[in-house]
Amino acid sequence: MNVRTQQRIAVGFLFFCTVLVVLPVLVILGIITYKGFSALSFEFIFGMPKSGMNAGGIFPALLGTIYLVTGAILFAVPLGVLSAIYLVEYSRDNAISRLIKLAIVNLAGVPSVVYGLFGLGVFVVFLGFGVSILSGSLTLGIMILPVIITASREALESVPQSFRIVSLSLGASRWQTIRHAVLPHALPGILTGTILGLGRAAGETAPILFTVAAFYLPRLPESVFDQTMALPYHLYVISTQVPGIREDFRFGTALVLLLLVLILNFAAIILRYRFRKKKRW
Amino acid sequence: MTVRKLREWCIERVIFMSGITSIVIVILIFIFLLKEGLAILGHVGIFQFLFGANWYPISDPPQFGAFPLILGSVLVTLGAAAISVPLGVASALYIAEIAPKKTKEILKAGIELLAAIPSVVIGFIGMVTLGPVIKLIFGLPTGLTALTGSITLAFMAMPTIVSIAEDAITAVPRQYREAAAAMGATTWQTTWRVIAYAARPGMLAAVMLGIGRVIGETMAVMMVTGNAALIPHSILQPVRTLTATIAAEMGETVQGGDHYAALFAIGIVLFVITFAINGVAELYLHRTTRR
Repeated sequence: MNVRTQQRIAVGFLFFCTVLVVLPVLVILGIITYKGFSALSFEFIFGMPKSGMNAGGIFPALLGTIYLVTGAILFAVPLGVLSAIYLVEYSRDNAISRLIKLAIVNLAGVPSVVYGLFGLGVFVVFLGFGVSILSGSLTLGIMILPVIITASREALESVPQSFRIVSLSLGASRWQTIRHAVLPHALPGILTGTILGLGRAAGETAPILFTVAAFYLPRLPESVFDQTMALPYHLYVISTQVPGIREDFRFGTALVLLLLVLILNFAAIILRYRFRKKKRW
Repeated sequence: MTVRKLREWCIERVIFMSGITSIVIVILIFIFLLKEGLAILGHVGIFQFLFGANWYPISDPPQFGAFPLILGSVLVTLGAAAISVPLGVASALYIAEIAPKKTKEILKAGIELLAAIPSVVIGFIGMVTLGPVIKLIFGLPTGLTALTGSITLAFMAMPTIVSIAEDAITAVPRQYREAAAAMGATTWQTTWRVIAYAARPGMLAAVMLGIGRVIGETMAVMMVTGNAALIPHSILQPVRTLTATIAAEMGETVQGGDHYAALFAIGIVLFVITFAINGVAELYLHRTTRR
């Protein structure tokens, strides 16, 4: 075969493969938007579910997800950022720091349902928090910890070394240097990672199955020890566990969940883009 | 000791404690899985648990043989790998080496979008669109089969495989490309024989991490594979994976009972598998960056 023909065929084939990978994304978004859009209404988003979830809205599930995600972030961000500060600013390249990095890689690879088991074993049973928002938030928080640490590490590492040297040479202590000369410049990167973590936590179902999620609970939770409905679990319930739910309700729920997650992701992308443009060093 | 020094010392302690949380959590996960799950292995025996052919957790007497579930996971994972590895590597090569800059940005955004879609949404779409198609094409009683699971999971593994393989390809030194071009090689010849060859360790890591993702995936696979805990004889039958078993059955168990413990024991199996995969993948990842 002629080399040119070979080149053309090969490139065409690679392009075809890439299209096969990316096209389903558009198909998924298209189908959900097309079939779910008609369900969206004020009542659907801000109403209580009625008559076995076949009427009314999804507000308790939406609010439940917002509570869970907020709790997860409150737990994971301080811990994750401090952990990243340790890795970047304090630790030397020794056995402990290598072990920490290995642990982070492995945490990122632990199946989400195993986090669910862990949450059940530790928070629900061992610490006695019961099936509650607190248990679910902590479980989700631990799950997104690797995301936060990795993003914060990258953000801290991108701050030039000279910032630290100047600050130290002016007599600032190590912590003062980090607090005033390094962290402010790493903040946008940390924020990007936080938002990505939010998106991840909002969409996960398996970790909240046994730690918080209520099948059907048409009232709003009142304390962190209450159970709550959650959006991804609600979608799972109405699409597999309860037969005969209206089709537009199922697609509508999927659409709301998808919108929530995509908006968070777009916010992170825009933030990252603007941060890169603005960087002066 | 001055106040300032004391303050510094305290802050450093706090930061150090936060630093090692990741290690503590990994150890805690393992301890708690063992604590809750080890009892059943004592009852049933490790060999019987891993290779017993019957998973009847609620019959009397209950039988806890996880072999059908392990086979279910293996079958779905192999199927997903067969689809996602060639497609993923091809896309990574196209995106990194051939696509013009604008196209490249669009394609990468598409892959990122795919990674962002929650698994329960992908499972839902797989159930309502892919399921009926599979049912129709093969004339099956149900469209929720191992094959449906494999196809769905293949797409969920794609973002991992493509983005890590792409990083590995981009990390190949530019001199390789220039040398190949100087010797008269076409873009394709360079891409396939030089770049792909040089990026092998990173691509292997990408594939392994993708497979790790597939084995651990829970919601989507539970929704599209039909959930039959039987030893599968073909890829067109419903199966149940390790992950789906935990997610589907934990709600019916009595805390501290045998069934409860057996699900934690499955968790141990999953944890060990993913730990091994990620550890090995990490080794290969470092091999590319070092060069």
